[in-house]
Amino acid sequence: MSDKKEWPLWEVFIRGQHGMSHRHVGSLHAPDNEMAMKNARDVYTRRNEGVSIWVVEATHISASVPSEKGPMFDPAKDKVYRHPTFYDLPDEAGNM
Amino acid sequence: MYAQQIKSTGKGVQSLADMTPEERAFQERIDRGEKIEPKEWMPDGYRKNLIRQIGQHAHSEIVGQLPEGNWITRAPTLERKANLLAKVQDEAGHGLYLYCAAETLGVSRDELFEMLHSGKMKYSSIFNYPTLTWADMGAVGWLVDGAAIMNQVPLQRTSFGPYARAMVRICKEESFHQRQGFQIMMVMAQGSVDQIRMAQDALNRFWGPALMMFGPSDKDSVHSAQSMAWKIKMNTNDELRQKFVDETVPQAEYLGLKVPDENLKLNEETGHYDFSQPDWDEFYDVLNGNGPCNHERLEARKDAWAEGAWVRDAMMAHSEKKAARKQAAE
Ligand SMILES: [Fe+2]
Repeated sequence: MSDKKEWPLWEVFIRGQHGMSHRHVGSLHAPDNEMAMKNARDVYTRRNEGVSIWVVEATHISASVPSEKGPMFDPAKDKVYRHPTFYDLPDEAGNM
Repeated sequence: MYAQQIKSTGKGVQSLADMTPEERAFQERIDRGEKIEPKEWMPDGYRKNLIRQIGQHAHSEIVGQLPEGNWITRAPTLERKANLLAKVQDEAGHGLYLYCAAETLGVSRDELFEMLHSGKMKYSSIFNYPTLTWADMGAVGWLVDGAAIMNQVPLQRTSFGPYARAMVRICKEESFHQRQGFQIMMVMAQGSVDQIRMAQDALNRFWGPALMMFGPSDKDSVHSAQSMAWKIKMNTNDELRQKFVDETVPQAEYLGLKVPDENLKLNEETGHYDFSQPDWDEFYDVLNGNGPCNHERLEARKDAWAEGAWVRDAMMAHSEKKAARKQAAE
């Protein structure tokens, strides 16, 4: 008898080439991490899209809250002095 | 198209002036070309429409495996068998990308399956036609995947992020589907008298149903305007159908096959082909469950779900035991 329990959701991250970071590519359902890995290979790398896979159970991810985007990210907006272009230097100083 | 029957609320498009501040801000984001992401605020109608549309699209990919799966064991060569198997695996993948996109809107995978099995949600009418000969594998790849591409390419720009991203992946993979189909048609159309007859017969049977894939004519499709304002539909049904005919007719000519339409003619003035509308009574009949294969397709899905239940449950039980053992050891 099925107790109608859905397999948990996993988020899939793939490193496309050596030297690149893993990138989120999508999600899938699987009963555990081993099956999630196998399913990720079949669903997301059928054409050599990856050299490495991470799978993370979705409930283990903490995400920033969209409605708090302002307080979260605005403080960085007025700190232009964190960018090199803020500092005016003469050409004589050379490449810097 | 893959979502041919999105029921409308019957209401027209809301004007900016009639909207609440939240709704207005939402519409303005869409107008600016911003993507909407799952956890962000969205109008109820937007969410509901998208669940239905992405769900129908996902179901179509999954049910769409059946007419082609029918020929995997009977493909004429090992190479053709490998090609077809890869294509059908892709369709499963496409269904999975889309189910995941729908789930970000707050519907569960099981709910989506249950709605498919109970008939509450539809899949594309095209998959309710039988695949009678090997030439049908050619016609399906060429015409059905061709029509799907026509619809899916613009959807890569749709406003809902997860849907747009799924479309990008799908479009990348889809072109192989159409090309392998066309190549089957090329071989058949240059083959023996019997093979040529089979190729023509496949085109005759799939032409009308392929035109129906784009859904009813714009004048009968009341929901279009709101969906287009929300950018969950990018072109009208008639626009896409015309584009499909314009691209496909020269391909049929190249194959030396005749498109089964007495009224088909290049209109010198517009530069587009004039063509006959498909049989819309047949379309509604098939959507309502009375096509040649509706029963068979739905039963196949229901059986697969029911007969796989013990496997899903056993794997879940196994992983829970494994986790409990690990915890006890710690
Ligand atoms: Fe396809």
